[in-house]
Amino acid sequence: MFDIFLLEAVINGVLLGGVLALLALGLNLVFGVIDVVWICYAELVMVGMYTIWWLFVHYGVPLPIAIAAAIALVSLCGVALHQLVIRPVLGTPPINQLLVTGGVLFFMQAAATLAFGVEFRNLGLRMPIVEVSDMFFSFARILAFGTALVGVLVLWLFLTRTYLGTAIRAISQDREIMPLMGVDPRKIYLTTSAIGGGMAGVAASLLALQYDVHPAIGLSFGPITFMICVLGGLGNMAGGFIAAFVFAQFISVGGFYFQIEWGYVLAFAFFIVMMFVKPQGLFSR
Amino acid sequence: MSEPRAMPLVPLLGVAALAAVPFAGLGNYHLHLLINILIWGFIYTAWSIMGRFGMVSLGHGAFLGVGAYVVTLLWNTAGLTPWIGIPIALVLAMILALVIGYPCFRFRIVGHYFALVTLALGEVVRLTIVALRDRTGGSLGMTVEGVAGGTSLLALQFGERGTFFYVALAAWLFGLWVWRIVDRSMLRYALEAASEDEDASASIGVNVTRAKLAITMLSAAMTALGGALYAQYQLYINPETVSGIGISLQIVFAVIAGGMYVQLGPTVGAVITLLLAETLRVTVGHDVHGLDGTIYGLLLVLFIIYMPQGISGYAVATWKRRRTGPPQAPTPRAVAAR
Amino acid sequence: MTGETMLEVRGVSAGYGGFRALFDVSLEVKPGEAVAVIGPNGAGKTTLLRVISKLIAASAGEIRMEGTSLGSVPPDKVVELGIAHVPENRRLFPRLTVEENLRMGAYAPSARARYRERLDFVYELFPRMRERRNQLAGTMSGGEQQMCAIGRALMSGPKLLLMDEPSAGLAPVIVQQVFKLVERIRAEGYTVLIVEQNVQQVLRVVDRAYLLEVGTIRLSGRSEELLASDEIRQSYLGL
Repeated sequence: MFDIFLLEAVINGVLLGGVLALLALGLNLVFGVIDVVWICYAELVMVGMYTIWWLFVHYGVPLPIAIAAAIALVSLCGVALHQLVIRPVLGTPPINQLLVTGGVLFFMQAAATLAFGVEFRNLGLRMPIVEVSDMFFSFARILAFGTALVGVLVLWLFLTRTYLGTAIRAISQDREIMPLMGVDPRKIYLTTSAIGGGMAGVAASLLALQYDVHPAIGLSFGPITFMICVLGGLGNMAGGFIAAFVFAQFISVGGFYFQIEWGYVLAFAFFIVMMFVKPQGLFSR
Repeated sequence: MSEPRAMPLVPLLGVAALAAVPFAGLGNYHLHLLINILIWGFIYTAWSIMGRFGMVSLGHGAFLGVGAYVVTLLWNTAGLTPWIGIPIALVLAMILALVIGYPCFRFRIVGHYFALVTLALGEVVRLTIVALRDRTGGSLGMTVEGVAGGTSLLALQFGERGTFFYVALAAWLFGLWVWRIVDRSMLRYALEAASEDEDASASIGVNVTRAKLAITMLSAAMTALGGALYAQYQLYINPETVSGIGISLQIVFAVIAGGMYVQLGPTVGAVITLLLAETLRVTVGHDVHGLDGTIYGLLLVLFIIYMPQGISGYAVATWKRRRTGPPQAPTPRAVAAR
Repeated sequence: MTGETMLEVRGVSAGYGGFRALFDVSLEVKPGEAVAVIGPNGAGKTTLLRVISKLIAASAGEIRMEGTSLGSVPPDKVVELGIAHVPENRRLFPRLTVEENLRMGAYAPSARARYRERLDFVYELFPRMRERRNQLAGTMSGGEQQMCAIGRALMSGPKLLLMDEPSAGLAPVIVQQVFKLVERIRAEGYTVLIVEQNVQQVLRVVDRAYLLEVGTIRLSGRSEELLASDEIRQSYLGL
């Protein structure tokens, strides 16, 4: 029996998967290279969303420029995060590194409340809805999906075709001998943090088109983003990409049959079960 | 430790002083603050009972949520007294801990993987509460149905703050007592060995999985009790304040600030965090949202970087260094071993 | 020209934490020479090479490459002075392909410009690497990995090649091949400083050698002399 609403849910799941994949991309890169989980990654996305909103709504800055500024700013935030917070704890147990970024999460969330209040803000844009034979899709999601695909492709080309990209992949395999190659590991870490931050900025620009921004928005995207990275195999971009779509289907189809929260519950429960079955991630090498 | 005879006197005096607090003419506000410190001090102690062995859970909101919601739901919908509801909730929390803990420990999921699994667990519980909105009120939260007159032993509700103070005090003392029992048990040595080197301790006959499960279930049950008490005291709960990532992280961070390797460390964490929030609220006022969190977050980052053993851990280390001279000063263990 | 020194190590001490591994070590390598540092396990041979490429800092002494003191050179700039290091156990990037490993060898800005040319050179030297260029380095045999590691070092266009136990962990037949490789590298005009436990074999391919024991130089001389010396024959050749 053909169910057009189910099909709509599945396709919406694919589109949501694009957004999640984009979110996971930057985190996964940082994860894979520096071996540190930025628990506050979604809060970096929030900074980007606020930047766009602030520039666009308050100063009437054209959207593309606001987006470019946001990407640059979040990228800088990534560098600052690494330099000020991660570097002092690089030699300590991994759990401290995870927790220290959790402190940053608190800080950023509260600072956003301080600066912008708890209200939900949006760009006031109406994005068109695309209708395909009785099925409705958000244009913003289609855009996010397309950007995610392009983002993955660009990142992949960068990582496989350039010296810097190769060094970024190499450093996670053997950090100690990098100087023998003429590579300064600190520079690679900073570059990776900048790219990771920049990816958060890109994700922010696409999320700002479809969601309101508020100080707690990171809590709704953060956990799922970590789960995707872990499930995909830490630092494994392709794995993370696929995992994003798996999760998105759970949420979308689960939400279709029950409610959206049950979709998330299913996704997280799936994550927990998978951790037991394959602790190193679905696509571990 | 070196003066076994003199030591019991100090805590006894402390407890006596605390027990006299309601008669000291404190206003409701200060009493309220104290009750909160005791309840959260108990919850933080419950977390640290496992956290100190390197099992960093980012999902204790799950157990807190089970405690608060199960008891409240049973009371509101079935009229079941918390005296029965609390044991049910504790058992449920322990089953949850078993279901999640057994595979984790069996498959050696440790460090930040363990943290992320528990993080997912906390989200599962929070989202389940939201999704069951017909019964739980969803993200709007739910009110514990009050009894006429505000006080009923059967309903475990006390309109008088002074009475609830003793309930909270008892729970807190219970938490410290459990800490002490664990501290002096074989379990502690097994878990300390396991947190240093799991393979080595398994090879000398420590059943690592069982030891970890035992401490996790204990910690879960205590946390659930804390959640139930919190609900009984506030008479209002919502998914964000008792479950999910926000509260789970708050627990961890308060403990880090206070210090998790010292018996009173978690309580110190509760004092610091609550006093910080209150001081800022009083001095800056209600209108400036987020200032306390901003300072709090900043402090946490500084703590983890410069003082990972927490304030009380630092104080104890300093004190010992003074007494024994620098060379023997214990190097503080980091928050967890990989 | 022949009298000039390429690498000069003078009075170097170094260690890890409280543990001292090298005491007042001095040696020199002249252009075009192949020099070996031999000695038992734990004598400090690897430490010596690591100090030269600045993976660890010397606590005393000085190292000069073609007259330039390495004292203030950051670790990642040593390679630009013409020193390439083939580390112990090869240390390839296992999940990068052979060609990507070679590309990492040419990371230094000065090396990038001549990447193509040197890649062709390495492939000519080791045709096997050309066949395997898209294979993950970690999946190759030990001997092939050694070729790749040497190739990676050559990609920076070095004057001096530091080789740390190139024969370690390889099957006897492969060990023979590795020493043949060393001879070929010499023939290509590279200056080589090689650290080895396989004393008999290495002394056949180098001009001079130093004997390092417990962190100090015990003996030095031409290979023939050392091969003939009683001390070496008894302790290291089992004769």
